[in-house]
Amino acid sequence: MSHRNWSAFRLGLREGLPFVLVIIPFGALFGVAATEAGWSLAQSLSMSIFVIAGASQFTALQLLGDHAPLAIVILTSLAVNLRMAMYSASLAPLLGAQPFWKRAIVAYLLVDQTYGLVMANEETGPRMTPAERIAYFLGTAAAICPWWYAASIFGAVAGTAIPAALALDFAVPITFIALFAPALRSLPHIAAAFVSVAAALAFAAVPYNLGLLIAAALAMVTGALVETLLERRRAEAVR
Amino acid sequence: MSMDARIWTVIALLGIGTYLIRLSFLGMIGDRALPLWATRLLRYVPVAVMPGLVAPLVVWPPATDGALDMPRLLAALAALLVGAWKRNALWAIGAGMAVLYAGLFAQSLLG
Repeated sequence: MSHRNWSAFRLGLREGLPFVLVIIPFGALFGVAATEAGWSLAQSLSMSIFVIAGASQFTALQLLGDHAPLAIVILTSLAVNLRMAMYSASLAPLLGAQPFWKRAIVAYLLVDQTYGLVMANEETGPRMTPAERIAYFLGTAAAICPWWYAASIFGAVAGTAIPAALALDFAVPITFIALFAPALRSLPHIAAAFVSVAAALAFAAVPYNLGLLIAAALAMVTGALVETLLERRRAEAVR
Repeated sequence: MSMDARIWTVIALLGIGTYLIRLSFLGMIGDRALPLWATRLLRYVPVAVMPGLVAPLVVWPPATDGALDMPRLLAALAALLVGAWKRNALWAIGAGMAVLYAGLFAQSLLG
């Protein structure tokens, strides 16, 4: 690895480390919940390794416990992960003409936190080449992902010994908020977030998690529209 | 199908499906540039998805069986405001958890 790529990797590692604080309780919580639902340690760990997507893992766990049909369990959990197609699409142009095997590895490690960090770095961090971006991304993944597996084991083993008073359930929403709040720095971003919240609550009863996908689509269009309107107004002001 | 087999089936299919979702554009498009309208939409993916994912968990927390909970609501607001102000995720997490624990402590004193 070149010197510049190495320093990008270390930057990613450093900026990923704070998220370990929330990945551990989040992953442990999954292990605890799975054990309580009667899953074996091998099953909890396998799901954390093969899926690495907390929200969908909890969704699958919940629906399996509710004895939902297998197709519904899988489709609903996949729907929760559809946002990652949008992550994938927005990351692809930043990585450019990198070899397929590198993009295949990035795809496996594309989780909310690594994606959030690499996009935040794009907005506020140093300018990077595609190779440096991959190095930075792998740094964030190296800091975050192993803890996801380890915490699942820990939670599955510790089981019910973790007191409910720690309110670890709420570490999950706080993590998501911490990931998007720094991006709320322009009117289009704020408008998009507002529509996302309002629509997700309004469409919460839509089955199969489709409400979230509808809300996300509306919010994206809102952000793009507000941006276009602001640009047009600015152009008119100049004229 | 036994519960064990159901769990392993979900692990395998959800794992494969999730990987294919992640690989979708990274694998196919590669170095091809997206059109302007697409990049304009995709810029808002994080703020379009994550607030919507979080909102029901804040307003109807599973831990309280869906009843609005003041400590959790205030913790979410603290994380949001501090995160937007400091532009830093760790500050947001610290503020959110601090307000959550302070709120739960106050609630236990009052309750």
